[in-house]
Amino acid sequence: MNKVLVIAEHDGSNLNGSTARAISCAKDIQAESIDIVVLAADGSSVAEQAAALAGVNKVLLVQNPANEHPVAAFLAPQIESLATDYTHVLAPSTTFGKDLMPRIAAHLGVPQISDIMRVESATIFDRPVYAGNAIITVEAPAGIIVGTVRTASYPVAENGGSASIENREVSVELPSHTRFVSVSTGGGEERPDLQAAATVVSGGRGVGSEENFKVIYGLADKLGAAVGASRAAVDVGFIPNDHQVGQTGKIIAPDLYMAFGISGAIQHLAGIKDAGTIVAVNKDADAPIFEVADFGLVGDLFQVIEDLEKALA
Amino acid sequence: MKIIVGVKRVVDYNVRIQVKPDGSGVVTDGVKMSLNPFDEIAIEEALRIKESGKAEEVIAVTIGAKACQEQLRTALAMGADRAIHVETDEGIQPLTAARIFKALCDKEAPKLVIFGKQAIDDDNSQTAQMLAALSHWPQATFASEVVIDADTASVTREVDAGLETLSVDLPAVVSADLRLNEPRYVKLPDIMKAKRKPIDTVSISDLGVEVAAGIKVLKTTAPAKRQAGIMVETVEQLVVALKEKGLIK
Ligand SMILES: Cc1cc2nc3c(=O)[nH]c(=O)nc-3n(C[C@H](O)[C@H](O)[C@H](O)COP(=O)(O)OP(=O)(O)OC[C@H]3O[C@@H](n4cnc5c(N)ncnc54)[C@H](O)[C@@H]3O)c2cc1C
Ligand SMILES: Nc1ncnc2c1ncn2[C@@H]1O[C@H](COP(=O)(O)O)[C@@H](O)[C@H]1O
Repeated sequence: MNKVLVIAEHDGSNLNGSTARAISCAKDIQAESIDIVVLAADGSSVAEQAAALAGVNKVLLVQNPANEHPVAAFLAPQIESLATDYTHVLAPSTTFGKDLMPRIAAHLGVPQISDIMRVESATIFDRPVYAGNAIITVEAPAGIIVGTVRTASYPVAENGGSASIENREVSVELPSHTRFVSVSTGGGEERPDLQAAATVVSGGRGVGSEENFKVIYGLADKLGAAVGASRAAVDVGFIPNDHQVGQTGKIIAPDLYMAFGISGAIQHLAGIKDAGTIVAVNKDADAPIFEVADFGLVGDLFQVIEDLEKALA
Repeated sequence: MKIIVGVKRVVDYNVRIQVKPDGSGVVTDGVKMSLNPFDEIAIEEALRIKESGKAEEVIAVTIGAKACQEQLRTALAMGADRAIHVETDEGIQPLTAARIFKALCDKEAPKLVIFGKQAIDDDNSQTAQMLAALSHWPQATFASEVVIDADTASVTREVDAGLETLSVDLPAVVSADLRLNEPRYVKLPDIMKAKRKPIDTVSISDLGVEVAAGIKVLKTTAPAKRQAGIMVETVEQLVVALKEKGLIK
């Protein structure tokens, strides 16, 4: 029988929403049980949030001062020692999961299935390749299956569960070769999270400057939206990197995605394929973004945003 | 110190990918192939570290068919000192690639291995982390800044929350993100010079590496296409349409 272990992603106090999406994927495996492991320095509140997710049987809480920050070299050996009780070990395909899971897979001597977007059976999965321009159906070989879950493909698992929380001692030697120094966020935490928001307002190179990006933030605030960006906008410093949407940035699935001054390169589109409705505003009628937009408007983005603000006032 | 850089030959990032109608893969015949863009950044970083006097040698390594030598030549033209071609006609998955790099590291004893953060064909993003695991070395993935200081490296990483900094002991494995640097252009004389630089060809069995049981690709399909939408003429029309769908109030 299948037993799934999902690695919780969190910041020490809050469970990241991507974990609840990974749980939805785990449910498709039709496992006998789904457990979550919370590795933290002090993880009781995260463990409680994990225990509240419907469909979770047990929360394993592994507390260790070394787990204060998510350093793969510390987390991997601890998870490996738990993994042998399971048939599947999953984490969200966020920078957290992408960094961590291959380290675990390699130690277990198994391949990793990256970005699972559909579960066909307990051993067969669909995943995107070539920036989502092709989908491959893959079968895992015998052994523990290690995978990351493409979060945009799964809804957040609902609350209503009441799993038990079990403290676990894991005695493995942790390496001394890696030291966490710091983490700095791009700011803007008062806005909705890009990966969870129902509406995202995004700006590209066409916005023109960091100063001009204020209009994007302004519209986003009016709509209660998160703010996204193209790589070009990040590269030239209009906006911090954690806003990048696309193949190599964040893959998102908001109900409404509004792209201003973004041309629609395939690498950008890879990040918004699952958006409910895409609105594109671009002054170039031939911009490729119009090929995927549900509603396209040819025009100057500044004028359009001004008119939108008026219409919404 | 030596730096090893992994370079993979992939379908050029500008190519519009076509799935073969029989589901056996994507069309690669007659398609432009290039150095994986992240690997170009990895090479550039290695060269900059060498040029700053902190490394003596940059070795470019590829695993793949004969044609991959083209990408090794590009790496050599950029400035790599020599290259190793692990020749195989099989598709090599990350775990086996990591084992091959481990064998090469045992031989060459580099202080730093730099990979791309992901190969843009399979989008796996695994090889760097797997090599670090197999070697019991530190890993610093998705790097946007690398500062070498004697026996340690301080690496800034692009994470979902923003920027994270790790300090790692060398040897270490780093994977390059887009903003680490901007790769140099290769000039014609460099291409000529690169022709004289050595490429060592070895086989997987020469290295004593066992090919890992991999993932079996059962079929390849085209993704669901988004329906082409409509063009609106005015902001009012847009607002009406979005209100109708309940997307804005
Ligand atoms: C390996 C690799 C990975 C990549 N990953 C990503 C990724 O994850 N995400 C990503 O976004 N990109 C990614 N890219 C980059 C991608 O190829 C494009 O270069 C990038 O998306 C372009 O950004 P842009 O649309 O903002 O800029 P541009 O292509 O320059 O487009 C700007 C647009 O703004 C319009 N415009 C200008 N002024 C106005 C105005 N006043 N009003 C209205 N419209 C205006 C123009 O008509 C134009 O269409 C990647 C590239 C590579 C090689
Ligand atoms: N066949 C290969 N030859 C050389 N380097 C590779 C190969 N496969 C992967 N790599 C390196 O590992 C990185 C990540 O690849 P992947 O894990 O496949 O996404 C690439 O950017 C390369 O630097």
